[in-house]
Amino acid sequence: MLEIRNLVVKIADEDKQILNGLNLTVNDGEVAAIMGPNGSGKSTLSYVIAGKEDYEVLDGEILLNGENVLEMEADQRAAAGIFLAFQYPLEIPGVATMTFLKAAMNAQRKARGEAELLTPDFIKRVNAAADRLGIAKDMLRRPLNVGFSGGEKKRMEILQMALLAPSMCILDETDSGLDIDALRIVSEGVNALRDKSRGFLVITHYQRLLDHIVPDTVHVMSRGRIVKTGGKELALELEKNGYAAYAEAA
Amino acid sequence: MAIVTPLRTAAEQQLVEQFANVKAELPGAPSVRRLREAAFAGFEAKGLPNRRLEAWRYTDLRGLLREAKPLARPAADNAAARARLAELNLPGVRLVLVDGNFAPALSTLAELPAGIVIQPLTEALVSARSDLPRILTGPVVAEGDAGLMLNTALMRDGVFIEIADGVDLAEPIAIVSLSSGEAEAAFFHRSVVLVGAHAKATIVEISESLGAKAAQINGALIFETGDGSEVQHLRLVTRQAEQSVQVLSLLATVGAQAKFDSFALACDAATLRQQHFVRYAGEHSEIGLRGVNLIDRTEHTDVTLVMDHAVPHGTSRELFKTIIGGEGTGVFQGKVIVRQYAQKTDGGMKSNTLLLNDGATMFNKPELEIFADDVVCGHGATVAQMDADQLFYLMARGLPRQQAEALVLQAFAGEAVEFVQDETLRELVMAEIERWLQGRRDTVSVGEAG
Repeated sequence: MLEIRNLVVKIADEDKQILNGLNLTVNDGEVAAIMGPNGSGKSTLSYVIAGKEDYEVLDGEILLNGENVLEMEADQRAAAGIFLAFQYPLEIPGVATMTFLKAAMNAQRKARGEAELLTPDFIKRVNAAADRLGIAKDMLRRPLNVGFSGGEKKRMEILQMALLAPSMCILDETDSGLDIDALRIVSEGVNALRDKSRGFLVITHYQRLLDHIVPDTVHVMSRGRIVKTGGKELALELEKNGYAAYAEAA
Repeated sequence: MAIVTPLRTAAEQQLVEQFANVKAELPGAPSVRRLREAAFAGFEAKGLPNRRLEAWRYTDLRGLLREAKPLARPAADNAAARARLAELNLPGVRLVLVDGNFAPALSTLAELPAGIVIQPLTEALVSARSDLPRILTGPVVAEGDAGLMLNTALMRDGVFIEIADGVDLAEPIAIVSLSSGEAEAAFFHRSVVLVGAHAKATIVEISESLGAKAAQINGALIFETGDGSEVQHLRLVTRQAEQSVQVLSLLATVGAQAKFDSFALACDAATLRQQHFVRYAGEHSEIGLRGVNLIDRTEHTDVTLVMDHAVPHGTSRELFKTIIGGEGTGVFQGKVIVRQYAQKTDGGMKSNTLLLNDGATMFNKPELEIFADDVVCGHGATVAQMDADQLFYLMARGLPRQQAEALVLQAFAGEAVEFVQDETLRELVMAEIERWLQGRRDTVSVGEAG
């Protein structure tokens, strides 16, 4: 379970405050969507949960299963179960995708005191997950995300999510840059991971993604706060009426 | 006209005395002795390389050498050397120098492949072959270099390798230069590799120290490669004593339709000047000079190269990746000369540097001297910090900071290492890079993506 209480965050080297006392809870097994206009702080929220260093937390706490993650480095948060699917996955030239996947899986296992995966077991898991997401084997041999299309990068994010089996998945505008087919494949990949022990926080501008990944709850974010919470029908209402009404509410 | 005698530093004065004391016992036929005398006269006129010479601007040997260390004496069998050689476990033929002296007992000369002749330099220098002065002089662009002149004057030993026409060596030949590091000492070694037409060979050159006492090392390796030959040169300069100062010159004259590829790794290299002088002696040849420099603490690594496109249709590629932490200094000077008749030259030079913190310094100086009008020549130099976003991405997947940094740095260096064709040797290089990365303690300061 992810609990965010009164989170106040500014950009580290600037006076610009982005999150202004944000409260949010995502239960195990819940798919929560956050929708909101550009600049409302959605991506900042995802980065702050994952542990990016460019921000300063002025107040509040983020608890994962009761444990405050703000004290942890990004890698410790990952090992604790947080996974951020990036809006713009980074290209890492010179690092083969397979090498990276193995390093990531084993680093998390090591942090949790588990034994490292043996290579045959690792390869079996990767191949199975890659097949489900329609990821070609040659992509796994290429340097991580280098020269991948937008859709390929997003699929690679979901592949990582599947392999790392986090308890709290944050999807930051995973639908951006996807065509209809890619959106369907990615969404199916996410849906396959839905589980009563796993929470999802799906950040998006558009209702479209939520046709594929149907949320349990929808939160509207504006000016760094959650200003309205409802069921999946709230997304349809937003699609119809826009965010203008909520900009006032903030 | 008055002759101006420059004031000598203590080290220069000591070198003058050393040369006077040892020149009679240094090996050499009369032609070699004349080379030594001429080279030393050149050194006496110029003094130690210093910042007033453009080619030595960033590596001021005159300032660095407070004194000239005593010349190393031939060493007896060395247990530490044996242990290290066993650990290295190099494939192929192994030729070992200890403090600049050829050590046959540590070398594997028993089962040389057919078509290979190997002599200690001491023997080759007194041989009657008439081409010695030409071979020892090397490419014209190396002439007058003060570091090399000192080597010519004082070279004592090394190996002289001849590979016959058409020989295809399955395994590398390694020249391992070990500094015993038991006492402070200076040594001057030189090796020669003559590669016949259409021969294929991989030559490994290693420089390491076994002990902690400072060494002043001046080494030269000379290649003459025949038409249609393919040569890979791999140099590893590692594990040097902290206060050591080393100058390594690579001289290559490359025949027609030949390939010559050199890769040099410098890590834990103390103060190191690597200088490459390369000349195309025939058309349609491809030459690649690449390397990785890993610099930390107060170390200093200088790569200076002169690529002489003296004939048409030559292709050259240079790629140097430098990572600097601590208060280290890196230097890259790349001069590409395209002579007037060297039309259709294709040259590309790159120097990429990552600075890991504020104390690190890099000097980049590309120099293109193009006198032909139908050529393609490019160069690029970048100096950057590690990308903070890449690092966050890797950490967000669970990699601890140090592992994430190491992965990014390894990948950065790896782009040059992939040009090492021999898989065993490539792994040897990557293992040294990993060792260096794991030994780093400092945290890295990062920059935003550009």
